[in-house]
Amino acid sequence: MKKKIVFLIVALMGLAQVYAQKYMTRNGHIWFYSHAPLEDIEAHNNQVSSIIDLSTGNVAFSLLMKAFQFEKALMQEHFNEKYVHSDKFPKATFKGKIVNLDGIDATKEGEYPAKVKGELSIHGVTKEVEVEGKITFKDGKMLVNATFPVAVADYDIKIPAVVADNIAKVVDVHVEMSYDPM
Amino acid sequence: MKKTSVIFLVMTALLCSAYGQDDLLDMLDNMEEVRTEFTTATFKTTRVVNGHSVELPAPGVLQFIISHRFGRLNGGFYELFGLDQANIRFGFEYGVTPWLALGWGRSNIKKTYDGFFKLKLLRQKSGKENFPFTLDFFGGIAIDGLKFADPNRENLFSSRIAYTGQLLIARKFSERLSLQLSPSMVHRNLVPTIEAENDVFAIGVGGRFKLNGSLSINAEYFYILPGHTSDNFQDSFSIGVDLETGGHVFQLMLSNSRAMTENMFIAETTGKWGAGDIHFGFAINRVFTIKRR
Repeated sequence: MKKKIVFLIVALMGLAQVYAQKYMTRNGHIWFYSHAPLEDIEAHNNQVSSIIDLSTGNVAFSLLMKAFQFEKALMQEHFNEKYVHSDKFPKATFKGKIVNLDGIDATKEGEYPAKVKGELSIHGVTKEVEVEGKITFKDGKMLVNATFPVAVADYDIKIPAVVADNIAKVVDVHVEMSYDPM
Repeated sequence: MKKTSVIFLVMTALLCSAYGQDDLLDMLDNMEEVRTEFTTATFKTTRVVNGHSVELPAPGVLQFIISHRFGRLNGGFYELFGLDQANIRFGFEYGVTPWLALGWGRSNIKKTYDGFFKLKLLRQKSGKENFPFTLDFFGGIAIDGLKFADPNRENLFSSRIAYTGQLLIARKFSERLSLQLSPSMVHRNLVPTIEAENDVFAIGVGGRFKLNGSLSINAEYFYILPGHTSDNFQDSFSIGVDLETGGHVFQLMLSNSRAMTENMFIAETTGKWGAGDIHFGFAINRVFTIKRR
């Protein structure tokens, strides 16, 4: 009897392991690019954490706004102090679901198109977004690539008129992540 | 026996559901390490008003400051409230490392050349590690460039020189409010009279209050410790606004000090606010990124 129970538990835990096809990273790369008449600005964040659960299709991203590195120190200061108010809203997050989960097979190496729908929160404002990208399985890792536009005004980020020619109204956000199984 | 097995199964089921935890964002939050965060932008520029703030230009950044102080407001309409007399200082400051800045300037008052270094010794931080304030050391030298009054006397170059040492202690209390304490010492190699002090001690207090992202009100007061200097000169009091555009910071101020180097505005201020001896002034700060990251 006891043996049976132990066996059952082990089997169930094993099931849980298989069931939880979670992938995770803490040093993902997200960068944005702003193209404006007077200057091009880009900033990189290499400390993005994210979990993707392939069993449910749930996706989560979280990053610290202050971890964005700009080419010029002053830009970084203005970004944090004047535009996204990083002291008040330290994080940007995304929570969503992979829509086309059926078409993604983690057991087969290769590239799969992926569509993700969810809520993007920046500067204390949450918006529904839909992003298309691709998921690649290679050498036991899962790679995620995507690019999507973000209109800064949608997130209540105000750009003063004097710098209107320096900062784009819509910035391109690039996502470049490499996950390990959890 | 059956009971135990049921309990075991329930526990296992619970364990499984914990594994399949739904909110991944909560999971990310739980896994996050607490980090140390250094306080930035305690002040908008390297000055509170006249005196230095704890801010240094970022490494590889050259800051150009062109400052003006006009005559006294009580000069009236004839002097266009002081605008007829302009005093000017232009200066450069460069961030060598995150903790060292070097600066150089020239002011038309006494044709003064000045040089300084500013060391960031401690930084305000919060999170994993905490520290309540930022501490800088400022060391400056000012060289009087006027011709010697009596060229026939034995004149020493050293008599042109005055030094200033300051501790700058600042805390950013909130996003809007920062306050600074600046114990200061000015040493003049040569003073005009026997009674005059070579060493002048003063305590500066200053702060800024941010009105919005681009505008702040700044004020600064230097209290001269009792002695000959405090009996014969005035404490410097200045109030101003910092207005920031993209790469420029404009500073507009009112002060009873006319000079723009520490040795003079701390120890040689003669204007009295009560009597209307107030100088209007402005400065334009421009930063140039010399070394990109």
